Amino acid sequence: MANVLELQKINKIYGEKIKTQVLFDVDLGFEQSSFNSIIGASGSGKSTLMNIMGTLDKPTSGDVLIDGISTKDMSTNQLSAFRNETIGFIFQFHYLLPEFSVIDNILIPYEIKYGKVTPDALKRANDLIEIVGLTKVRKNKATDISGGQQQRAAIARALINSPRIILGDEPTGNLDSETTETVYNMLRDINKEFKSTFIVITHDKRIAEKADRIIEIKDGKINMDIRS
Amino acid sequence: MKIVRLAFKIAKQFLKNNMGQTILILLGITIGISVQIFIGSLIDGLQQSLVDKTIGSSSHITVSPSGKENYFQDEDNIFQLLKDDERFTEISSSIDAAGFLLYDESTYSLVTRGFNFEEANGIYKFDERIVEGRLPDGLNEVALGIGLVEELGLKVGDDLDFIVPELSLEKVKLVGVFDLRIASLNKSWMITELSSAQTTFQKEGLISSIETQIGKVFDADIIAEEIGLKLGDNLQVDNWKAQNEELLSGLTGQSASSYMIQVFVLLAVLLGISSVLAISVVQKSRQLGILKAMGIKNKTASQIFLFQGLILGIIGGILGTGLGIGLTYVFSVFVTNPDGTSLVPFYLDWYFVGFSVAIAIIAAMFAAFIPARKSSKLNPIEVIRNG
Repeated sequence: MANVLELQKINKIYGEKIKTQVLFDVDLGFEQSSFNSIIGASGSGKSTLMNIMGTLDKPTSGDVLIDGISTKDMSTNQLSAFRNETIGFIFQFHYLLPEFSVIDNILIPYEIKYGKVTPDALKRANDLIEIVGLTKVRKNKATDISGGQQQRAAIARALINSPRIILGDEPTGNLDSETTETVYNMLRDINKEFKSTFIVITHDKRIAEKADRIIEIKDGKINMDIRS
Repeated sequence: MKIVRLAFKIAKQFLKNNMGQTILILLGITIGISVQIFIGSLIDGLQQSLVDKTIGSSSHITVSPSGKENYFQDEDNIFQLLKDDERFTEISSSIDAAGFLLYDESTYSLVTRGFNFEEANGIYKFDERIVEGRLPDGLNEVALGIGLVEELGLKVGDDLDFIVPELSLEKVKLVGVFDLRIASLNKSWMITELSSAQTTFQKEGLISSIETQIGKVFDADIIAEEIGLKLGDNLQVDNWKAQNEELLSGLTGQSASSYMIQVFVLLAVLLGISSVLAISVVQKSRQLGILKAMGIKNKTASQIFLFQGLILGIIGGILGTGLGIGLTYVFSVFVTNPDGTSLVPFYLDWYFVGFSVAIAIIAAMFAAFIPARKSSKLNPIEVIRNG
């Protein structure tokens, strides 16, 4: 199957005077509709890798291909638009906008893309809210719901534009084990239903094992790559 | 365009969510603009009333014979020329001559001014200034100032002896008393009908000046110069500005200090908005980072802050206008002269008010510009990486 996301010889060096290399010639490809997990100790470079995959950070050298399109020479604005349409993010600290309600937060990527919320979009947002089980709190402020609910809202938000790729950086990092389980099952269900490609960073081995593929990053290199 | 809507929505939400901060900025803009309007209107009102008191009842631009001549015949129909010029609001011909009132074996020097009262009332408001009797109407009917009438104990209806220098002794009839509120004029002027004065002084068909008032009093020098070019060498044009230089320099000084105050008030407002919005960028950097990660463009990110400036400017401008007008009104009502009239009359120049609001909005937008740039430059990775 074709790779929806491909990393080619990614190097990342931080600092100008004292240089710290975080990633060393990383080559990775992710198949469409696959569910991948990336594990590694803290400081191994997995978050950096994730940010580069999400085009939030630029590699020092190498290229990120999304759907076969090189992102190396794209401008900031081109990248923004590209990101908006192809990638959904779920961050560890959920990063909802506290000023907005749950439903407004979920609709923001859609508004960035189309400017205006259509009745269809609203319906889709409500459907997603139902999938993630937030119907009761949909009009609440993002700060007026629990951590697990916030994370689920962030998942719904990541899905609103039907992105090809969903990136999660420890999406359950600060949730209790029960909620973590629920969230992961939800991600898997969504992966099956929407055929989106999931790439999820986690330090939870139990969670990682549920993925189709486990990639371990160690000292900026791929240490292990297991497909189930 | 479509994205502008989102920027506006986010801006609105940011402002709503930080109500305390928003109210603080609004208060700053409101007070700034109200002070701006209050000071501006106060000084304007003061100047207006000063100018009105000084030249409200006198000629703004006067056409008179040049050189040693005292009289001229309006052969070129200058009167009509000025009448056709829309900038002139009042035009009046007059004839002036010196003479003496003989009373109780004393003589009193008088300036006889012959007017066509219908025209002259527009400038001198004689009809309102007659305190006893009426305006002179026929041959040898005159009105005298209240100062002289009281000094000599004259009464309306008295027949008086008037010496026309080098000509004759005429009998004139006192039919009215005027009070021009200028003591010297109240003692030295004798007013009469234009034709009566022309007959008495044997100056048939001659006049000494054409006096006018114009709508835009501060254009007097420009208009006077322009009119001067159209006239023959035998005539000259004077304007009130040339004769009131001290008043003018006073007004200019006042305006300048008023502008200075306004500029500094504005500067304070500008710095206030700008610093609060700058803090707000830092406060909202997390939100901006996440918005950028989700694909918001740099331009939209900066528009969020420009919109905040715009919203604050418009609301602050409107509130400030209300407060400023209120203050000006209250000042004109409660700060009064001993006789109950307001010290500075209530005066509002709507152009100035509109200008102040426009300035508020532009200043707020301008103040938002730096935070907007900062917001545009913010790199989402900084926020994501640092949590």
